[in-house]
Amino acid sequence: MFDTLQDRLAATFKGLRGKGRLSDADIDATAREIRIALLEADVALPVVREFVTGVKERARAEEVSKALNPAQQIIKIVNEELVVILGGETRTVRFAKNPPTVIMLAGLQGSGKTTLAGKLGRWFKDQGYSPLLVAADLQRPNAVNQLQVVGERAGVHVFAPEPGNGVGDPVAVARASIAEATHKLYDVVVVDTAGRLGIDAELMAQAADIKAAVRPDEVLFVVDAMIGQDAVNTALAFSQGVGFDGVVLTKLDGDARGGAALSIRQVTGKPIMFASNGEGLTDFDVFHPDRMAGRILDMGDMLTLIEQAEKAFDADESRKAAEKLIAGRGQFGLDDFLAQLQMMRKMGPMSKIFGMLPGMGAMKDQISAIDERDIDRIQAIIQSMTPAERADVAILNGSRRARIAKGSGVQVSDVNNLVNRFVDARKMMQSMAGMMGGASVPGAGVRKPKQQAKKGKKGRPAPTRANQAPVTQAQPSNPFGLPQAGEEFSEADLQSAMEKFELPPQMRDMFNQKNHGPRG
Amino acid sequence: MIWFYVILAAILLATLIAGVVVWQSNHRALPPVVAPPELPAERGEEVPVEQGLDVPEAPSSRLARLRRRLAGSNNALARGLADLLSRDRIDEQTWDDFETTLISSDLGVGPTSELVRNLRAELAIDGVADPDRARNVLRAELLKLVDPAMDRHLNVHGADGKPGVVLVVGVNGTGKTTTVGKLARVLVADGNTVILGAADTFRAAAADQLQTWGERVGVDTVRGPEGGDPASVAFDAVARGMTTGVDVVLVDTAGRLHTKVGLMDELGKVKRVIEKQAPVTEVLLVLDATTGQNGLVQARIFRDVVDVTGIALTKLDGSAKGGIVVAVQRELGVPVKLIGLGEGVDDLAPFDATQFVDALLEG
Repeated sequence: MFDTLQDRLAATFKGLRGKGRLSDADIDATAREIRIALLEADVALPVVREFVTGVKERARAEEVSKALNPAQQIIKIVNEELVVILGGETRTVRFAKNPPTVIMLAGLQGSGKTTLAGKLGRWFKDQGYSPLLVAADLQRPNAVNQLQVVGERAGVHVFAPEPGNGVGDPVAVARASIAEATHKLYDVVVVDTAGRLGIDAELMAQAADIKAAVRPDEVLFVVDAMIGQDAVNTALAFSQGVGFDGVVLTKLDGDARGGAALSIRQVTGKPIMFASNGEGLTDFDVFHPDRMAGRILDMGDMLTLIEQAEKAFDADESRKAAEKLIAGRGQFGLDDFLAQLQMMRKMGPMSKIFGMLPGMGAMKDQISAIDERDIDRIQAIIQSMTPAERADVAILNGSRRARIAKGSGVQVSDVNNLVNRFVDARKMMQSMAGMMGGASVPGAGVRKPKQQAKKGKKGRPAPTRANQAPVTQAQPSNPFGLPQAGEEFSEADLQSAMEKFELPPQMRDMFNQKNHGPRG
Repeated sequence: MIWFYVILAAILLATLIAGVVVWQSNHRALPPVVAPPELPAERGEEVPVEQGLDVPEAPSSRLARLRRRLAGSNNALARGLADLLSRDRIDEQTWDDFETTLISSDLGVGPTSELVRNLRAELAIDGVADPDRARNVLRAELLKLVDPAMDRHLNVHGADGKPGVVLVVGVNGTGKTTTVGKLARVLVADGNTVILGAADTFRAAAADQLQTWGERVGVDTVRGPEGGDPASVAFDAVARGMTTGVDVVLVDTAGRLHTKVGLMDELGKVKRVIEKQAPVTEVLLVLDATTGQNGLVQARIFRDVVDVTGIALTKLDGSAKGGIVVAVQRELGVPVKLIGLGEGVDDLAPFDATQFVDALLEG
């Protein structure tokens, strides 16, 4: 797992706090880190150079913020620059004055054109248009067939006069499709073309011919978010060979950081219009520059995590579990834990979920060492307990533990370890919840000022924790002067709170324990 | 407010699980992952015998084509290397350019810096006056990265009269079905009998696509209902292979992103179910040459799930260099076994490290 830019910069800036302005030396030191971070996100090298120069210039001019430490400040600048470049003018499809509006898809093999055609068809249909999909990919075996099936699933008509598999002339098909659409009153035509390489002059000429034949209102360049340094070559080749008006980024449901988005935007100047993030026909969205910027920088993509969490978690159950946890004194049992664990596993591999949590950078090694099978084992141990045991681990005596170990195929020491860890973690969570939430847990008020002082020293802004304060719904007055509990937070607030979130020191210690034998 | 509870729960889980895992790993002190011993290949597939009408191109001429393509005018890496070697003095700018060209081939920041560092060290010891000498050092360093000593034979032959089973996996759109089709041709030309299993029951018309490939070389395709259980299709394909006594069963699977746990579990199941009848002799991960640094993550997760034994690098005929396979090979020890060079039916060649590097240097 790569270190995030945030971690790298934090290391660079160790001991460089309390300056009035970022010095040239500071900025140069960070430039290299930014460069590596962007390269690892697959941003093309020429684009990286240009970008880093821009960031350096801005960083020199910038006043040093009192609230942010230098690393955070640089990240803020980088992030803002990224959003500016990625965002630029965002727009959706321009419709023709006289229907049909013609949209042509072009891209490399396997970038997802045919699937996208289906999604576009569905999208237009949902908006009240009557789209027609055109099978002009006559090259790949059964591409025509695939489009027909996709069209059927989307409930959209497909124009496929030629069988494909190398038979037929795609230019003629494209031309005929316009006549068909005009004749049968379709108002949007989506032309799916064959995948082609940027260096294949013949096929590029063919794409240009198709373009000339249908005179599309939009030519969309479809590109896979996983593409590497070649993105620039390919985008330029398509830009010069065919000419496109917008970009669609596909396969964003993977974990590629998608630096190609930045490269293509910068090199061609064309807007990224859509993002496609799944195999379903509705997994398709307009492009969010701010999320993409966070993703390229690998800043713990909280918004995505939350979105996934909302899909996977049962909100009521999670709320109940968290309330139990905060209420303290052993109410949160292993059964609640198991339920949460199972919901969480629906979201993806554990290492990936933890990777998305901000502030986990210090524990990168441990996170990457997580073996899903160990988690299976934890699940097995809990499932070998009786409901009463799950609810209250205090009743677990030696013979119960031996039975559980036998039932789940582990050693008794594994059971002991799980139980001890669980109790420790629960205790810690309660004290943390207390610190964050203020008065709901007895004794938390004593701890709070200490935590506050520490924060000041670290140069973290006070609102960090405050944004998380609303856990105490009953808190009468808000000591931080921030939105009251229950008020809606904007995405930006949340994002910034999460970026700055750091795990408390006790929790870090817990991860760093080298050996922890079963306790008496 | 939902998000808050989610995060709270997540952090609790994080703490607990990471703690347990760290403790367990210390406690058990398990040895690192041991590479599974590879079955010795009795016959490499790269010696096709001339037979019948539908014979694929000879590997030697395919490799010549690969070399031509790699040495083409659009090859920045080759140009950079040639450039580096043609200068009489190597200054910082040269090193910088060199690093640039390597990074541009998706080699990754890590391997690139390592290569450049080693090269600088070697050249500092010997002096750089002699370009031929520099060239040899460079070749050696590149070779070290690509590692020609790895076993790159395709294990397509089963033991005990069972057919060899090749499972082809990868993310969406890398060219799995096409690779299966091309591989079937190579195997048929090599005198093997082959059966195809269309275990991609998800993507529209994927089975048709595979069947079209199979029909071209007269190979049967076992297919199931669309949206059916891929494991059952794979099982049927292997069962048919056993009863008809074919040499190789090629199983094509649906493209899946490595981040989809459910789909990865499904893939694990496909493999387990096949192995109820015959061991899977080769698991090929298909990687697209345009893939950037994410390729490493993909390879790692696929390896964890189905124990990938080889990589097929496709779409190498474009302007992308596929440098990511170097990182994959280095980090995971999984060798690149095949390369795909285009849409032509015979554009599949065995990967040869030495020739690959030589081809790079010939530019």
